[in-house]
Amino acid sequence: MEFVTAIVSSAYQFGDAFAFLVLSACGLAVIFGMMGVINLAHGEFIMCGAYMTVFAVNWGLPLPLAIACGSLFAGLVGMVIERLIVRQLYSRPLDSILATWGVSLIASQGTLILFGPTMRGVGTPLGSFTVGALSFSYYRLVLMATALAVLALLYLVFTKTRFGVLARATIQAPHMANALGVDTSRIYAYTFGIGAALAGLTGGIYAPTMTMIPTMGTTFIMEAFVTVVVGGADVFLGTAPAAALLAVVKASLTSWQGQLAGQIGLLLAVIIVIRLLPKGITGFILKDRA
Amino acid sequence: MTVRLLQATMLACAFALSGAAYAADPIKIGVLEDQSGDFAAATIGKVHAIELAAEEINAAGGIAGRPIELVVYDTQSDNNRYQEFMRRVLQRDKVDVVFAGFSSASREAYRPIVNQFDGLAFYNNQYEGGVCDANMIVTGAVPEQQFSTLIPWMMETYGKRVYTIAADYNFGQISAEWVRNIVKESGGEMVGEEFIPLGVSQFSQTIQNIQTAKPDFVVTLLVGAAQASYYEQAASANLGLPMASSVNVGQGYEHKRFTPPSLANMYVTTNYIEEVDTPASKAFLEKFHAKYPNEPYVNQEAANSYIAMNLYKQMVERAGGSTKRDDLRAELAKGDVCFDGPSGNVCLDPKSQHMSHTIFLAKVGDDHSISFPKVWENIKPYWLGDAGCDLTQADPDEQYTPSNPPTKQ
Repeated sequence: MEFVTAIVSSAYQFGDAFAFLVLSACGLAVIFGMMGVINLAHGEFIMCGAYMTVFAVNWGLPLPLAIACGSLFAGLVGMVIERLIVRQLYSRPLDSILATWGVSLIASQGTLILFGPTMRGVGTPLGSFTVGALSFSYYRLVLMATALAVLALLYLVFTKTRFGVLARATIQAPHMANALGVDTSRIYAYTFGIGAALAGLTGGIYAPTMTMIPTMGTTFIMEAFVTVVVGGADVFLGTAPAAALLAVVKASLTSWQGQLAGQIGLLLAVIIVIRLLPKGITGFILKDRA
Repeated sequence: MTVRLLQATMLACAFALSGAAYAADPIKIGVLEDQSGDFAAATIGKVHAIELAAEEINAAGGIAGRPIELVVYDTQSDNNRYQEFMRRVLQRDKVDVVFAGFSSASREAYRPIVNQFDGLAFYNNQYEGGVCDANMIVTGAVPEQQFSTLIPWMMETYGKRVYTIAADYNFGQISAEWVRNIVKESGGEMVGEEFIPLGVSQFSQTIQNIQTAKPDFVVTLLVGAAQASYYEQAASANLGLPMASSVNVGQGYEHKRFTPPSLANMYVTTNYIEEVDTPASKAFLEKFHAKYPNEPYVNQEAANSYIAMNLYKQMVERAGGSTKRDDLRAELAKGDVCFDGPSGNVCLDPKSQHMSHTIFLAKVGDDHSISFPKVWENIKPYWLGDAGCDLTQADPDEQYTPSNPPTKQ
């Protein structure tokens, strides 16, 4: 029984870390991988989704619908910001970093002014289950399932749908795609919207487990960037394996020596991976194939 | 002749006016508190409390006839901002006194600057104790007030196996040392201790480490809004252990922000919270809500800031209107600078320049209502004085800890 408990516990901790890394990073990875834009307002899209979710719950929507609502809202906000700001800067990637950072400052400070320093959360649903001497939260299993579902859905959207084909064509050869009649600016807007909506989904689904404050997005940022940097440009070849690798490092170090060791391990892993694989795991896999 | 007379009269009037203007020169009070960032939820109320006190004092004729002028900067929960703004208020704004700081990291960031310019600062926050510095007056509660009461009570009530999770910086580390010492002295056992970096919001593994260690209660010394996610996550994993803390409820009003029962069975020692059921507390709360109807919570730091304003007024007036630090400290050294405030009667201790407190043990119920199973009256901040810090004799500008006490002469 001890042994089973240990196995379940390790699997749960790995899954929990994996879910957090995947969900933190996926929105950032889509926008960076598909468009080459480094979106420093990523954390604020997460916050936006979380706040919208809590508002929706307060209006009486059930939690799953409220999360969808938060995700959708973040996606719409993302498309508006793409239209107004990011679009002007596609040829100036460094300036787009600065601009999105500005957006993030305005968003978190604006939220502070509008909604105050803190807001009451919604409480984690579903309860807990026990294995041996340990008890676990069911909701954490939902987070893990969501992480896998997001990866599967992204794969289907970008490989099996017409939009996905057009999007990849736009990324590979924008001028050629344009010449063949693809409305590339619309594709960019949708892609940015999808990235923002994924961030909003992350915020919405983590909202019941966290403190609602205007800067809540920043607690995701380190993990998000670490995962994208280790993973490289491709969501499937990069983000998923990177999250798995980092989750092993983080969960094992945290259970061995506590949170501090987990954080240090995460950052050390990034330094080592970047030194050995400058283009991340994506670069490693693609080179292997070639 | 008439012209001469008129000129003379005008001159006399001008003199009289300038004299009046001189007498009414405002006393400038610098206020450096976090109004945005990770700590804002707990500290915006401090600024409001200072504004409330300033308004009341000004309406009653100011301090020794001079109005208070507040110079307020938002330090954004950022230690660098504290250093910048502390230089600015002392050098450029030339304030008479500064009210500053939430986290202990921020206090230690600005304290050398206060020493350098030989200013006077009030730190109105509960903290890990030990600051022996003549430039600082501390109105917040310290470990001998919060832990020497709380930990033995918890061990008697729930058992002797203790697990501490603490924020990983000077506050958490030194507070955990206090807890460790008190647990040992009382014959208990530390079954675990974990330090959490600030900004961490995911606690699955920590929760499991706690379950594996099987403590009787958990001491939570978590700081900042991100770390507060712990309670929700521990409740959803059904950890179900009693919690003891010096910072929760009284500072971050988590019982108002989270859905019940995630904070149930939390015990906190605090010198004030808005639930304290005394006429003085009720009157204070009413004044606060009259000025700030949307204030989410009036916490102990707000009460301490309000008390500090009144103590400062008293010291300046007793010193004959002087705002010089040495004149004020001469009054403080008499040992009878006291104030009947929202939390009862409090007095400043000359040796350490810390404040005595009535300590309330607040218990959070299943529905997040507050009850007070025990009250300790008039607990003095004795540790520094007993350990050998005496600011009336020497000013070492140091922060001492139980493992690093003052060297006795």
